[in-house]
Amino acid sequence: MKRLINLRPERAARLALSALPFAFVIGLYLVSSELRLAANPNDKLLPALPQLYAAIDRLAFTANVRSGQYDFWFDTLASLRRLVFGVGISALLGLCLGVASGVIPYVRAGASPVVTAISMVPPMAVLPILFIVFGLGEIAKVVLVVFGVAPVIVRDMQLRAMEIPQELTIKAQTLGASSWQYILRVVLPQVMPRLITCIRLSLGPAWLFVIAAEAIAATEGLGYRIFLVRRYLAMDVILPYVVWITLLALVMDHALRWLQKRMYPWAESEHEARPAP
Amino acid sequence: MTLPASRRPTLPSLRRALSGVLCAAALFASGAGHALAEPKKKFDVCWTIYVGWMPWDYAVSSGIMKKWADKYGIEVNVTQLNDYIESINQYTAGKFDACTMTNMDALTIPAASGVDSTALIVGDYSNGNDGITLKGKTELKDIKGQRVNLVELSVSHYMLARALETAGLTEKDITIVNTSDADIVAAAASPDVTALVSWKPQLAEINAMPGMTEVFNSSKIPGEILDMMVVNTQTLKDNPDLGKALVGAWYEVMALVEKKDPATLEAMARASGTDVAGFESQLATTKLFVSAAEAVAFTSSADFPALMKKVADFSFAHGLFGEGAQSVDAIGIEYAGGATQGDAANLKLRFPTEYMQMAAEGGL
Repeated sequence: MKRLINLRPERAARLALSALPFAFVIGLYLVSSELRLAANPNDKLLPALPQLYAAIDRLAFTANVRSGQYDFWFDTLASLRRLVFGVGISALLGLCLGVASGVIPYVRAGASPVVTAISMVPPMAVLPILFIVFGLGEIAKVVLVVFGVAPVIVRDMQLRAMEIPQELTIKAQTLGASSWQYILRVVLPQVMPRLITCIRLSLGPAWLFVIAAEAIAATEGLGYRIFLVRRYLAMDVILPYVVWITLLALVMDHALRWLQKRMYPWAESEHEARPAP
Repeated sequence: MTLPASRRPTLPSLRRALSGVLCAAALFASGAGHALAEPKKKFDVCWTIYVGWMPWDYAVSSGIMKKWADKYGIEVNVTQLNDYIESINQYTAGKFDACTMTNMDALTIPAASGVDSTALIVGDYSNGNDGITLKGKTELKDIKGQRVNLVELSVSHYMLARALETAGLTEKDITIVNTSDADIVAAAASPDVTALVSWKPQLAEINAMPGMTEVFNSSKIPGEILDMMVVNTQTLKDNPDLGKALVGAWYEVMALVEKKDPATLEAMARASGTDVAGFESQLATTKLFVSAAEAVAFTSSADFPALMKKVADFSFAHGLFGEGAQSVDAIGIEYAGGATQGDAANLKLRFPTEYMQMAAEGGL
C-alpha cells in the first residue's frame, strides 16, 4: 500500500517545493507594496523594489558623506567581530568547563547547579547591569553574547561528556590512562563534533544578543543601523539588513557544517541518516 | 467517462487559493485604506508617558474625554503605548487617527512618509526638559572631542546641534554614540561616559549624579521643541467633531492644571510613575500653554515659522526627509492664516489655530 512517508519527490519537484514558499512571500510582499504605494506614494512601510535597490546602493556602494566609510560593510564587520568574539569565547569556555564538569564529579557538583541557574537568567534583563559593570564599549556587548550563549554550550558539553559509554571509560582506565589522558584522548574527540553542532545552533541567539546590545548603545553595527532608522520607518534600509543578517547566519551555519564533515566525518548526528536538506 | 477524483481539474481550489492570497494582501494594505478617511464615529488616539502629555491620561481617567466625545456623539478611544517611536509609527501606518509627538518627529516621521498631519493642539514647549550634561567639566565648549551619548536623530540630537552652534562647534567636533533612552541613566553611571544628552525624568537623575553639570538645556532655545497632539489631516477634515472633542477635553484639563488642582496633579504624577514633587519639577521646565489663547498666540506668531525652519533644516541635513527629498523644501508646512514654507504643492504638516481659537472663544 502506498504510504505518504515513503513518497520521495524528484529533484525538480523538491527544488520547486522549496522555492515555493519564498516565491509566495515575495509575491505577497510585492502585491501589498503595490497596493500601499498606490494609495500613498510616500509610504515607507513596504517599499518597492527600486527603493530597496536605491537604499542598498546608498549604504553599500556609496561612501557616507560625513565619515567616508561604506556603512553597510562597516556595520557588517563590526557586528561580525562582536559575534565571532562572543561565540568564540563561549565555545572555549563551554568546552573547558563543560568537559571538566562532565568528567570530574567534584567539578560537576560545584559548577552544574550554578551554570544551570545562569542559563535561566534572561540575558536581556541583565543587560543594564552589564553596561554598568563593563561600560558601553565592545566588552559589554561581547560579554552579553557570552552570557547568553556559553551556559547552553557548557551544559551541552557536560551532557555529551557524561553520555560517553561506560565501556570506553573502563577500557581507557584498564589501559592505564590518567584522568588527563582520558579527557584528552577519549572525551575531547567525542565532544568536538557536538561542540560544532552546538555552536551552529547557538548562532541564532548569538545574533539576537549582538543586535540587542547594539540597539542599546553603539556607534556602528547592523543592529545599530536597524534601530536607528526604525525611528523613521525606513523599511527600505531595515529589510535589506534583515535579509543580509539571515544570509550571514545561513552562510556561517553551512560553513560550520562543512567544517564538521571535514574534521569529523565519522560523527553521525541523529538527523543525518538521510541526505541533508 | 468521469475522471477519477485525483485527475479532476482543480480550478475551484485554485480560485479559492488566489482569493485567499488577495485577501491576505488586502489585509496588508488595509493600513493604507485608513488614509482614505470618511465620516465615522469611532476614533483611536494614542499617547506615551511624558510630562507634556499626562493630561490625556487624566482626561480619560476622570471621564472628561468621554464627556466631550458624548457631547459630539462620537467615541474616542485613547490608548497609552509604551514606546514613543512605536506610537508615532503606528499613527503613520494608519492604525491611529491621532498621536502625541514633538514637532520634529511630526515633520520627520509622518509628514516625511506622506501622511498629511495637523498639529491640532500645541500643548507646550520644552523649557529645560531637555539638557546636555557633562561629567567632570562645567562648560559647554568642553564637549569638544568627546563621545556624546544620546538618542541619535531625536530632539536630543537636534538640541545638541543647536547647542554646538551656540558654542561655535559642529558635529564634527564630537562623536555621537546612539544610546537608548531607557538605558541612558545606566550609561551615565559607567566610567567611560562623560557627556550625555537626555530629557526629564532621566535628565534629572543624571544631573543628580556626582560630578555631573548641566551645561545647556532647552530653555536656551525656547519654542523649538514643541509637544503636540497631531491628527490625520484628512480624518480631521472629514470629522471636525473629533478636533472639537479633543481640544475641549484638553483645555478643561489644562484649567485644572493651571489651578494646580491637587487631585489632578496627584493622578498625573502617579500615572507617570513619580510623586507630586517629581512631577512638579518636570512641569517647572515645561512651558505649558495652559490657556487656548496662549497656544493660539504662540502658533500664529510671526516668529514661529522661523523656529520650525531650524527644525526642518536640521532634519534635512541629517537625511531625515528620506532619500527622495532634494532639498529642505521637499516637505511643505502650512501655518495659521495659510502661510506656507517649502513646497506648497506638498503640504504635509499643518499648524492651524482654528480649533484652539474655538476653545479660546468658548465656542466648543
